[in-house]
Amino acid sequence: MDLPLVWFVAIAVLWTGYFVLEGFDFGVGVLLPAVGRDETGRRVMINAIGPVWDGNEVWLITALGATFAAFPAWYAGLLSGFYPVVLLIVLALIGRGVAFEYRGKAETAAGRARWDAAIVAGSAVPAFGWGLVFANSLRGVELGADGVVRSSLLSLLSPYALLGGVALLSLCTLHGALFLGLKTDGPVRARARTAARASAVVAIPAVAVFGMWTVGADGPGWTWVVPLAGAVALVGAVALAAAGREGWAFIAGAGAVVALSVLVFAGLYPAVLPSLVSPEFDLTVAGAASGEYTLGIMSVIALVFLPLVVGYQAWSYWVFRRRVRPEHVGG
Amino acid sequence: MDALDLARWQFGITTVYHFLFVPLTIGLSVVVAVMQTMWVRTGRVEHLRATRFFGKLFLINFAMGVVTGIVQEFQFGMNWSAYSTFVGDVFGAPLALEALLAFFLESTFLGLWIFGWDRLPKRVHLATIWAAAVGSNLSAYFILAANAWMRHPVGFTVEPGVGGAPDRARMTDIWAVLSNDQAWSTYLHVLGASFVVAGLFVVAVSAYRLWRHHDSDTGMFRGALRAGLVTTALAGAVVSLSGHHQAQLMAEYEPMKLASAEALWDTEAPAGFSVFAVGDTVAREDVIDIRVPSLLSVLATDSLDGRVEGVNDLQAQYEQRFGPGDYVPNVPVLYWAFRLMIGLGVAGIAVGVVGLWLTRRGRLPRRDWMYAVAVLGLPAALAANICGWILTELGRQPWTVVGELLTAASVSPGVSLGEVAFSLSAFTLVYGVLAVVEARLLWAYVKKGPGHVTPDVEPGERVPAFTY
Ligand code: HDD
Ligand code: HEM
Ligand code: HEM
Repeated sequence: MDLPLVWFVAIAVLWTGYFVLEGFDFGVGVLLPAVGRDETGRRVMINAIGPVWDGNEVWLITALGATFAAFPAWYAGLLSGFYPVVLLIVLALIGRGVAFEYRGKAETAAGRARWDAAIVAGSAVPAFGWGLVFANSLRGVELGADGVVRSSLLSLLSPYALLGGVALLSLCTLHGALFLGLKTDGPVRARARTAARASAVVAIPAVAVFGMWTVGADGPGWTWVVPLAGAVALVGAVALAAAGREGWAFIAGAGAVVALSVLVFAGLYPAVLPSLVSPEFDLTVAGAASGEYTLGIMSVIALVFLPLVVGYQAWSYWVFRRRVRPEHVGG
Repeated sequence: MDALDLARWQFGITTVYHFLFVPLTIGLSVVVAVMQTMWVRTGRVEHLRATRFFGKLFLINFAMGVVTGIVQEFQFGMNWSAYSTFVGDVFGAPLALEALLAFFLESTFLGLWIFGWDRLPKRVHLATIWAAAVGSNLSAYFILAANAWMRHPVGFTVEPGVGGAPDRARMTDIWAVLSNDQAWSTYLHVLGASFVVAGLFVVAVSAYRLWRHHDSDTGMFRGALRAGLVTTALAGAVVSLSGHHQAQLMAEYEPMKLASAEALWDTEAPAGFSVFAVGDTVAREDVIDIRVPSLLSVLATDSLDGRVEGVNDLQAQYEQRFGPGDYVPNVPVLYWAFRLMIGLGVAGIAVGVVGLWLTRRGRLPRRDWMYAVAVLGLPAALAANICGWILTELGRQPWTVVGELLTAASVSPGVSLGEVAFSLSAFTLVYGVLAVVEARLLWAYVKKGPGHVTPDVEPGERVPAFTY
């Protein structure tokens, strides 16, 4: 079996898990002021993701750790090459993580408003930023013979890359609205439905256009079905939500996130960081991979433990399956 | 000043900051789990109140541990891309294992614990805090195994790069990496040091409450004080024994670090332990030096007249092996870091031991200054931890991976001075603000006391969850 390919797929799976799971809690964060109009509404929203957001974030940490181990040069090139964007993402994640824990402990309304701002920015910046990073990865980076990625902030902001950012941010927002429809009750649930419709107006065209653009530029022939499937899933999600089938709506939205992620990784392969300078300098799956020994050991460990992780995370979602209602947060 | 210097400052600042929260998470997770176990077994509300009170403080600290840890996970790739490319095959594996085996456990079960008070049966709920505590204590093993490998690299070969590509380490034996004697010895030392900090945290909080607030919780804090003191004293024994082992490994694997930490310029047998020295680092000799005869020989080799090599001899040996260069780390910083680690740490442990005597058979100290000293044990132990890391990390210089990769060759070649300067300033600023916020919150909750954390609960009654 071709271990580097297996690990490329494994890392794609970890990123996909991250986008599906943290995707909705980013969306909830972005929608905090719009959907949670008053203190009770906001607390309902935050408590709906409260038990799970940190576990969701560990998908990112695992994706990075696994990339470090399986494709050291990819890990190094990705994080140093997109330095300014990555820095903003990290700062945003810091603010957001602390805000969830400390918001409820603030003494004054002004204090809470500051933490709310940290949650909104801390959710929007990473969703947009990862879109930017992966769109730029697809487009290619300044990568020369010495294998060092050099890029300036300005070169990262091409129209295609910005569209990638908008696509991921709006998709996460929609995903978050669908999650709130499923997991909350009362005014928040009602407003989440409106928010889903509003964010779909941006998300559906953004995902479709970004998807077709990507397929046109990099995609293997079959991939044109993927953005199409994604867009159909999103239309379906909004329709299902309007019909009150919130569980199915959420699943359809998650399907669209998966589609976008598949598109990104299928578009990259066989490179992980394509070079704009010349295809011969591409950082490829084969070229970036660790040795057989490391990949073999890690495969065994991942096969044993990843199902276990998925199992207990699923159990935690089961434990907190009840909708959060205003009276649960004392409202 | 170049990107390398700033990247080093950034790594130093962000890891030291991360490590202010790490020992508390490691130790308090277990302390809180034990408190809750006592509640489940005895049904006494006092234990529940202690669990909720210290649990709250634990969570305030945990949030900071998580967000500062994320920075570390990114930083290797951002600032140290050459290092990451070289070591990823070996060093990345423990990091990936840490995330998969430990961080998932820690974060998922802590979520269940925080929000599960009224959703889970009592015993299942108790199991969730234990699972989170296991996760924290397990995560430390993996990251320390990675760090130990940098000081004593094992289980790998170096594959030369072809056509101008950089060399790469290739792992050949994961078991060697995970069972590295430097790894488990460091683990014992760091775990011991973390429980000293956590023990003294409980001591400091309880002492403050007993000293300044005479309320209905005196009984609870009396118990907590004793528990903290016992933890500190037991962990102190582990730290001291493993510290001795660390010194021996240092003599074996990093003799230059030991010689520098002792300001031992020339090889001696037997070697004395310097207690106070003022040296001339240019001429490489001491101006004033007060020593305990033979103590260094015993510490490093377990014998009264063991031979300990000096800085000058080692520098000559290294030049022969690795070519011209300066292989001497920063001697004054190491010398004082070593002494402060031992001095402040042992002072903290002494608070534990003496405190146990003073609180024997239900007594409480009467003098104010005794409570003040008990509170000061906490900052002393934290400072000892930081000094220990400064000794470990600066003593490894000029290497990132001893004998394999120089720090100067580890930094990201494509990242500019401006970028690192910006990120360093941003982290310093954000960390400074968060330090103030966190300290004020902890202080506010300690001052409020347990009365505000949990309403009076009857045994058997469902306990409301902590919610955001
Ligand atoms: C001896 C222990 C130790 C050491 C040396 C480090 N850490 Fe740490 N880390 C922990 C012990 C720990 C912990 C106890 O498991 C933490 C602290 C507080 C917490 O929430 O978990 C944690 C949190 C934590 C997190 C967040 C996990 C989550 O979201 O739940 C990450 C990503 C890292 N760390 C990564 C690192 C890296 C890359 C380090 C190397 C420089 C590092 N840590 C040093
Ligand atoms: C959490 C406890 C730790 C502390 C307090 C700490 C402290 C430091 C300090 C002060 C520096 C700066 C050294 C210098 O400027 O010369 C440094 C550098 C570094 N440390 Fe650590 N460290 C810790 C853990 C780790 C761990 C666990 C690793 C590896 C997994 C690590 C890897 C490095 C690297 C790669 C550098 C940069 C190269 C260098 O300048 O030495 N450190 N650390
Ligand atoms: C009792 C005497 C002690 C001795 C002989 C001792 C010895 C050592 C040595 C030799 C190292 C460096 C290991 C290396 O770089 O290879 C070290 C590191 C360290 N020490 Fe100590 N130590 C003592 C007490 C303490 C205390 C009381 C604390 C904190 C409460 C502490 C915390 C640390 C930490 C956090 C490190 C860095 C991690 C490591 O490398 O193990 N030490 N110690």
